[in-house]
Amino acid sequence: MAGFRSTENYIASRDLEVAVNAAVALQRPLLVKGEPGTGKTVLAHEVAKALGLPLIEWHIKSTTKAQQGLYEYDAVSRLRDGQLGDERVHDISNYIVRGKLWEAFTADQQHVLLIDEIDKADIEFPNDLLLELDRMQFFVYETKETVVARHRPIVIITSNNEKELPDAFLRRCFFHYIRFPDRETMEQIVQAHFPDIKQELAREALNVFFQVRGVTELKKKPATSELLDWLKLLMIEDLPPEVLRSQDPKTAIPPLHGALLKNEQDVHLFERLAFLSRRQR
Amino acid sequence: MLAHFIVALRGAGIPASITEYLTLLRGMKEGVADYSVDDFYHLSRATLVKDERHLDRFDRVFGEVFKGLEPPEGDLARTLPDEWLRKMAEKLLTEEERAAIEAAGGFDKLMEMLKQRLAEQKGRHQGGSKWIGTAGTSPFGAHGYNPEGVRIGQEESRHRRAVKVWDRREFRDLDDSVEIGTRNIKLALRRLRRFARQGAATELDLPDTIRSTANNAGSLDLKMVPERHNTVKVLLFLDIGGSMDDWVKISAELFSAARAEFKHLEHFYFHNCPYERLWTNNRRRRESEVSTFEVLRKYGPDYKAVFVGDASMSPYEIIQPGGSVEHWNEEAGSAWMGRLTGHFRRSAWLNPMPEAAWGRTHSIGLVRQLMENRMFPLTLGGIEAMTRELSR
Repeated sequence: MAGFRSTENYIASRDLEVAVNAAVALQRPLLVKGEPGTGKTVLAHEVAKALGLPLIEWHIKSTTKAQQGLYEYDAVSRLRDGQLGDERVHDISNYIVRGKLWEAFTADQQHVLLIDEIDKADIEFPNDLLLELDRMQFFVYETKETVVARHRPIVIITSNNEKELPDAFLRRCFFHYIRFPDRETMEQIVQAHFPDIKQELAREALNVFFQVRGVTELKKKPATSELLDWLKLLMIEDLPPEVLRSQDPKTAIPPLHGALLKNEQDVHLFERLAFLSRRQR
Repeated sequence: MLAHFIVALRGAGIPASITEYLTLLRGMKEGVADYSVDDFYHLSRATLVKDERHLDRFDRVFGEVFKGLEPPEGDLARTLPDEWLRKMAEKLLTEEERAAIEAAGGFDKLMEMLKQRLAEQKGRHQGGSKWIGTAGTSPFGAHGYNPEGVRIGQEESRHRRAVKVWDRREFRDLDDSVEIGTRNIKLALRRLRRFARQGAATELDLPDTIRSTANNAGSLDLKMVPERHNTVKVLLFLDIGGSMDDWVKISAELFSAARAEFKHLEHFYFHNCPYERLWTNNRRRRESEVSTFEVLRKYGPDYKAVFVGDASMSPYEIIQPGGSVEHWNEEAGSAWMGRLTGHFRRSAWLNPMPEAAWGRTHSIGLVRQLMENRMFPLTLGGIEAMTRELSR
């Protein structure tokens, strides 16, 4: 069947392709988890692009309420308008602000809806969206109308695992865990993003990158997005590949490491390891 | 056939439900999986597993159901921890061999080799220098010339075919075996919630608005207040290893429930009794070490400290400097307990031992005294009593 496939700038493993296609075919939400920086959010963009559908993004914050995705009743401005004698005040629907889900439900074309970082919200958030995502409809109390999806959107939900999600919610989703890519896949990803990178530079950079990831004590291991940033920097600076290979103790910490190590403890740790390896030599 | 698969999954502790089973069937009807086994594996995984910690278990059950492999219990790759194999191999090899292995791609390669040989090996093997078996010179196997040989408790052959996707078991690290019977514990812990208004004023304060509007002679004056949030902060200190092995399951359940319930939850590990250092990782390695003073400095007295441990040890480990079984401690455990309970205004000790047995161990009485009687059994009732005590 036609569906989602790896594109030239997004390398998806076969299991991810199957999961996305299952979610599209059965019209159920797809929950994507994985290390930060492995391309969870980008996935939604790529799915939208591959299927030729517009994308609606709903980024979740700790203060986001499920209701905000459906609609909000702006009672305060109605109260104000009431005092000022505005005509609009007689129609309550003037004060209903539509949320992202409503937008996706009533659009005249199928949409891809990204609910980004659902674990940031309150514990009750996923439970409050159960019925809405299952039946793809909800009831507006203020105007006594039921909003039903004209085209069921393809829902992609990402989570960083900061909170566990309720079972009832999980039961309604497909699930995919994006594994950290192995070296071969990583080479493909680098090729996809920088088609004109020097082969030698790419190889040396990947060597350094996987070495850095191999240090188990790191607080935040660099992921794909960090690698890509770093490569971009290396290419802008036009560093020769030899710099990465050199065993010179002064450069034991990789050049432009700021793109890879995001935390001063990690940088210290790396310096210390470099110091130790210098002593052993 | 598939119903059998679901039953096997549930038997392995993966909470696959009928809804998910039906979804899988519908997915197959829609042709998502086509006729490829790999795609069926991917589809069923996306449908039935909702937690990356269960992925490894799923792979094992899948292999077992669809390939007729032996049940996972005796699975060699599972019973031999990677790290242990690695260490043994390190110890066993001579300089040249090590260099040769390094040249061939390092220890990962060696492990690969071991796996490969396991796969090639068809029958019981004895002697020789390549096969894993008994009495050989190969670094793997039992009763070899090398007295420290890696002993692999394998009597008969283990017929293993080429490695399929699910046999690679790439998600092994994620399986932390926390069972899902934690709902009740979560409910009990929920009592600890303490709501307070903090942050940006986003909610309409109706009483204040009415009062202020009236004061304003009827023209509207809106008053806002910040929303209520659960602000309780919890520090969990977990005893690990030794006598706690019997209670690992219940402790893990408590931990998993607490993690889901509290936004501000930090946890540290100790062994028997907290001393001058704690660990952030249950392996208690050097790199995960934190000084107890640092913990005291970093977390304010508003944190509620919960110790989880059986408090069963030699009394000297509590009252005597240098009494620790693991290292020389300058100050007695009781001094450190005093510092911790003194700093954190609300603290309690959860003990997985049955309450009736507490009297039999001297050290439990000591710890209980140090905690000023705030020791509770690690049962639902005990957790509830603890939350009442902590939120007073």
